[in-house]
Amino acid sequence: MTTTTSAKPRISLERRNVTSALVANRGNDLLAIAGIGSPCWDLAASGDHPMNFYLNGAMGSAAAIGLGLALAQPKKRTLVITGDGELLMSLGILATIGVAAPKNLTIVVLDNEVYLETGAQPTHTGRGVDLAAVARACTIQNAETVYTQAELDAALPKIRAADGPVFTVVKILPDKAKLVIPPLEATYTKHRMREALTGKP
Amino acid sequence: MTTTTNGATDWRDQIYDIFRENGVRHVAHVPDGGHAKLIKRCEADPEMKTVTLTTEEEGVGMLIGSWLGGTRGALLIQSSGVGNCMNALSVMKHGKFPILMIVSMRGQWGEGMPWQIPMGQATREVLEAMGVIVYEVEFDRDVQPTVEAATWLAFDSSVPVAVLLTQRLIGTKKFVAA
Repeated sequence: MTTTTSAKPRISLERRNVTSALVANRGNDLLAIAGIGSPCWDLAASGDHPMNFYLNGAMGSAAAIGLGLALAQPKKRTLVITGDGELLMSLGILATIGVAAPKNLTIVVLDNEVYLETGAQPTHTGRGVDLAAVARACTIQNAETVYTQAELDAALPKIRAADGPVFTVVKILPDKAKLVIPPLEATYTKHRMREALTGKP
Repeated sequence: MTTTTNGATDWRDQIYDIFRENGVRHVAHVPDGGHAKLIKRCEADPEMKTVTLTTEEEGVGMLIGSWLGGTRGALLIQSSGVGNCMNALSVMKHGKFPILMIVSMRGQWGEGMPWQIPMGQATREVLEAMGVIVYEVEFDRDVQPTVEAATWLAFDSSVPVAVLLTQRLIGTKKFVAA
């Protein structure tokens, strides 16, 4: 829910709890792309899966990969989980996604307002840049920012099933979680996902 | 004159036919005059998904996702946009993803816009530095066999491939002040 008050709500959500909730009880109809840095560790910590692809490089490309995957697999939900710093690198992709308008694509930004991997330098989102407003301006109508557990609970059904594109910023604490490293070979994660989806590598 | 199985004689139509015949169904592009007719043909095809990008690197990302989902895609861009793709191309090389890039060239044959020269002259070198196999076409008759071979190479061997449609082929853009 977008806040209308001027006071900033207190942030209390922890990234691992959020990620676990995003992929809880997933079947084979959820395809997950994690952006570089902590979202990769978070998705791995929530349980490795053949339908996960971890983008451990190419910062700024997670949402674009989600777009291609969503268009290629229209009957499944594609969920991009990425960070505020990663998305800020390629805001233009929101315009591209807004216009391409895939109904089965959701982008969740785990927004801790810092570049956590490099020493917690502040990103623009803690200084007034509103990513959900950017998404709405890019014609992604289903865009909101959630701050609390109750708001996250309300957002989850939309994240997993609403007509997309869905864009959800989840404000999280800027804390590092235990490092859980996913498979680092993209040849492996690529073949694994393609085989699961198409029956051939 | 070389023709595709559909008998097209215009090289832009030949590229479209090669896309059709080889299952290329996602086409991502940043518009360029050299690709204008091909973009129109792809947009008019209900079995193709044609996506307009804000910057070329989005297309590299998008086609990684397309391939993960089992769909072949092509990227239509200008040489200046090749420079925007570099870090995204690292995924192609690391993960052995196929990509078919059709690059319309500037900054070459008789170029009259000096700002185009640096990127146009560096295009092949920077693509090769990122592990992309580069083909180049100078004459009409070579377009069909070159793009077809590039398509086979990319998707049968799962490697990134770029075809440079040179300014000699496309025609030099002349700037004449009114």
